[in-house]
Amino acid sequence: MGLIREIGDTLVAFLRALGSMAMFLGRLLMYTPAGLLRFRLVVHQVHNAGALSLAIIMLSGFFVGLVLGLQGFDLLARFNSENVLGGAVALGLIKELGPVVTALLFAGRAGTALASEIGLMKATDQLSAMEMMAVDPMKRVVLPRFLGGVIAMPFLVAIFTAIGIFGSWVIGVAWMGVDPGVFWSQMQSLVSMDDVREGIFKSVVFGVAASLVAVYEGYTAWPTAEGVGRATTRTVVITAVSVLILDYMITAALL
Amino acid sequence: MQQTRTVELGTGLFVLLGIAALFFLTTQTTGTGMGRVETYMVTARFDNIGGLTARAPVTMAGVAIGRVEKIELDPERLDAVVTLQIDRRYDQIPEDSEASILTAGLLGGNYIGIGAGGSFDSLRDGDEIYLTQSALVLESLISRFLFSQSDDEDDD
Repeated sequence: MGLIREIGDTLVAFLRALGSMAMFLGRLLMYTPAGLLRFRLVVHQVHNAGALSLAIIMLSGFFVGLVLGLQGFDLLARFNSENVLGGAVALGLIKELGPVVTALLFAGRAGTALASEIGLMKATDQLSAMEMMAVDPMKRVVLPRFLGGVIAMPFLVAIFTAIGIFGSWVIGVAWMGVDPGVFWSQMQSLVSMDDVREGIFKSVVFGVAASLVAVYEGYTAWPTAEGVGRATTRTVVITAVSVLILDYMITAALL
Repeated sequence: MQQTRTVELGTGLFVLLGIAALFFLTTQTTGTGMGRVETYMVTARFDNIGGLTARAPVTMAGVAIGRVEKIELDPERLDAVVTLQIDRRYDQIPEDSEASILTAGLLGGNYIGIGAGGSFDSLRDGDEIYLTQSALVLESLISRFLFSQSDDEDDD
């Protein structure tokens, strides 16, 4: 009996978390038009989530591109088709790796920062103080951070992907001697506008998911040191899992 | 104030980089050659299209002049109707030109090659190319070869 009850409790807790997160998203979306008017706050958060993540995104993108170049070249050389390296790498980066890896890095770099920042504001009663002054912390604190993440994400994905393609170019063309003209023309004949659109769509969805999880976990964290720490951990775990699941669903729907 | 300026500068730089990357992805990595170009449509009927797919290139003398827009089966005549989207710049293709489904390399993808005809009238939007040559299907080619071989042996 104890086992069944435990499973039931877990299920109920999961559904409650899902429901409250959906309602949280609904509230955020409802405030969004007004939130966009507080332009300064949003710009500040785009800076936090985007500009400050730039270094890690560019470095990771470059090395992912290098690895893809090496592995792709090794694999394609077995079929004597090194020439399609550019197209293969670009397709992989634009459709899958760019959005997914960027979202995972985003969760680690910006998501944790958002969750712990909001959690600490809650633990130190800053949010309650705002409410006391008739300032809605949802609008003043949570919404700009959410919007900043959502806006920053597609740009981060685009930068990651572009740098990754450059990385594979370094391996393929500059090192392994793939003809540069063939490298680009194969890429252009393999990649279609729909692929780029799919990548951009994914990056927007992942941006919403990653930012939502981060601000939600921070806002609902237990107002203690341990609670903030736990919220930070949960942010990374939930973002990673939900991004991978969403990625599968979007890919299956669009393919 | 100094800090606000740095933040705005950094954000501006970030957004600029992002837009540049998006621009690079949409223009350099994709074959947008036909994206916004003025085009016109012609159709061609084939008995068998082999492995031809939508978006396959249409070439003339080896130069890409368009793309396959869509492929449908005519429910009455039971042959394939292929709609070709051709660049407006090439509007002087003789109307008795021949369209054939070719294969790039031994295992490459299929594409449509248009061989010029001799007519003085050229194809217009909505016209049909009447002279067509279906795809060479490797299996039927091999089986024909094998059967002719065994026929030869029977003759001996």
